[in-house]
Amino acid sequence: MRNMNDIWTGNLKVSGCLVAAIAAALAAAVVAGGLPPSTIARGALSEVEGQATGQAPAPPPASQAPQQPPEVSLVISGDPGTPPRYAVPDFVALSPDAAEMARTIAQVLWDDLAFERDFYMIPRDTYATVPAAQSAAQIPFDRWRELGADAVVFGTVRRTGDEVRVEVRLFAVRTRQQVFGKEYTGTAANPRLYAHTASDEIHLQQRNLRGVARTKLTFSSDRNRERVAGPIDNREVKEIYISDYDGANQRRITTSRQLNINPSWSPDARALAYTTFGPIPDIFISYLYRGVRENPTRGRGTNYLPVFSPDGTRIAFMSGRDGNPEIYVVNVDGSNLRRITNHPAGDTTPTWSPTGTQIAFVSDRAGAPQIYIVGADGLNLRRLTSESHADRPTWSPAPFNEIAFTARTGPGYDIKVYDLATGMTRRITFGEGSNESPAYAPNGKHLAFMSTRAGRYQVFTIGRDGRGVRQVTREGGNFTPAWSN
Amino acid sequence: MKAAAVVLLMVSSVAGAACGRRQAPPVTVPTPPPTAGPPAVTAAPPPPPQRVEEALPVPPEPLAEDGLASRSLDELNRDSPFTPAFFALDSADRDEAARAVVVANAELLRRYPTWVVTIEGHCDERGTAEYNLALGERRAVAVKTYLVSLGIAPDRLRTISYGQEFPFDPGHDEAAWAKNRRAHFVITAK
Repeated sequence: MRNMNDIWTGNLKVSGCLVAAIAAALAAAVVAGGLPPSTIARGALSEVEGQATGQAPAPPPASQAPQQPPEVSLVISGDPGTPPRYAVPDFVALSPDAAEMARTIAQVLWDDLAFERDFYMIPRDTYATVPAAQSAAQIPFDRWRELGADAVVFGTVRRTGDEVRVEVRLFAVRTRQQVFGKEYTGTAANPRLYAHTASDEIHLQQRNLRGVARTKLTFSSDRNRERVAGPIDNREVKEIYISDYDGANQRRITTSRQLNINPSWSPDARALAYTTFGPIPDIFISYLYRGVRENPTRGRGTNYLPVFSPDGTRIAFMSGRDGNPEIYVVNVDGSNLRRITNHPAGDTTPTWSPTGTQIAFVSDRAGAPQIYIVGADGLNLRRLTSESHADRPTWSPAPFNEIAFTARTGPGYDIKVYDLATGMTRRITFGEGSNESPAYAPNGKHLAFMSTRAGRYQVFTIGRDGRGVRQVTREGGNFTPAWSN
Repeated sequence: MKAAAVVLLMVSSVAGAACGRRQAPPVTVPTPPPTAGPPAVTAAPPPPPQRVEEALPVPPEPLAEDGLASRSLDELNRDSPFTPAFFALDSADRDEAARAVVVANAELLRRYPTWVVTIEGHCDERGTAEYNLALGERRAVAVKTYLVSLGIAPDRLRTISYGQEFPFDPGHDEAAWAKNRRAHFVITAK
């Protein structure tokens, strides 16, 4: 798991050193690790105001201690029983070439803050009646109050060549107090990243919630419409892609022109494991930042559906190497291969428990495929589901203790969730298209899945309560998503 | 009726010979010699009729003008001499039709002993993407196991599963699904 300290230890220069295409694909993520923020303390308010109005821009402190844990008094609350109502007007462009960026950052920040549904986000097209503030001192709190806002964001963007400086401040409308203030610098390559960073920090400070705005998705896609080299017609390749959690910055990772499917993230979000049909299906790990591809299963038998253990040291997968689909575990370096299941029926689609001590998988040993749990040592087998067809278990992160899976609910499938504490199953989707292959967000509050509700299979995200569906992909067909930490 | 009587007579005559009962043919029924060939003529207890067969033909080397032998791998697979074996819904069991297909394919593999094939397991789209990888794997293995039992060397047979990834018929009805639940033979070396 990425922690806050890691994020601040990166160096922006790193992005300039990356030359390979794969590195370019991940430059955004590297920038994420290279934003040296400086805290705008409340005491420095007047100094920052001077900068906001364009007078004597004071150099911000290069480095300060990370934001302290939120004080109770700094948390903005809404009316009793309702989430606080937030407004995010366009940021102020402090240089002429920053205007577009100022709009983008505000819109993305609004979307990010809306995603967790911990805030009520006042629609941006209703702000026209509120005069735009050019400095924090000009914020028309009365007008925001009329619009029902409990909190308003004020931000500025200054661009100097490729260097960008972004200031984000959050004010309580009632008290007119600043409760959050950060300044970020970095390149102009991906303005959305400033919004994502601010959103995650606001969620942490205001709601003590780990936001997911800087996380990424991976999925396989046939959008290139290339054909597998070979004699058989109509075999389209699938390549592995990654994107931001909201579908922006979609990048192709594999370029093998083969069938590449079922990607999964390493826990540090720096590697992907997936199945490549070359044409014998085998498991590969692409270390994105090193530009290295490894093959822990070493071409033995047929190998499918890899998933990293939570500590990143092992891969669980399905293999037909012993003549029947069974679950195996191998170290990422290819050592210490162990067989977990042993049954003449088919065992497939493994997933790890958050502690790495158990594996959930699918077996048709009782007839229809159902979800089972077994210890990572192969002991203590337990059946969970009684569906007409169940597949793709995915174990939630703590504090939730549940397994989402695909269940047949008619001609098609829906996403269901099995609560391990109560043994109860609830439904997340309700027959809008066929819905398969759920994957939890790292905070457990969301799931990515694939659905035919918009035509061909596309990747969507949805809240664990079944609300807040968002379409992530639109180009070609997109399949079997996984969500990074 | 009459034909049945004659057959009965023939059968009893043959059975009589086989049982070594005394041959006393006062009425020689001109039985067409069964494939067993000439009857034993020794007076001593006649041995059972000896089955005479032609020596096994030498497996014919594919001739130069053999259409299949001269074709490239790509050409062979584009218009494959192998017939796919089809499966029932959510099943890797070989039904009678599938077994007949595999027997015919085994014959072809015997005729072209250098050919190496990959048996691809395929599924229709009604299962789930992940489970279908396991189901296709079992379909391919089921066909391989049967081929090996028919005497084909296992090292000439690779198995893989494409799950539901590459349907042969892109349709969404039973006719299409039936075509897509199959073990497909691809020649990978010759």
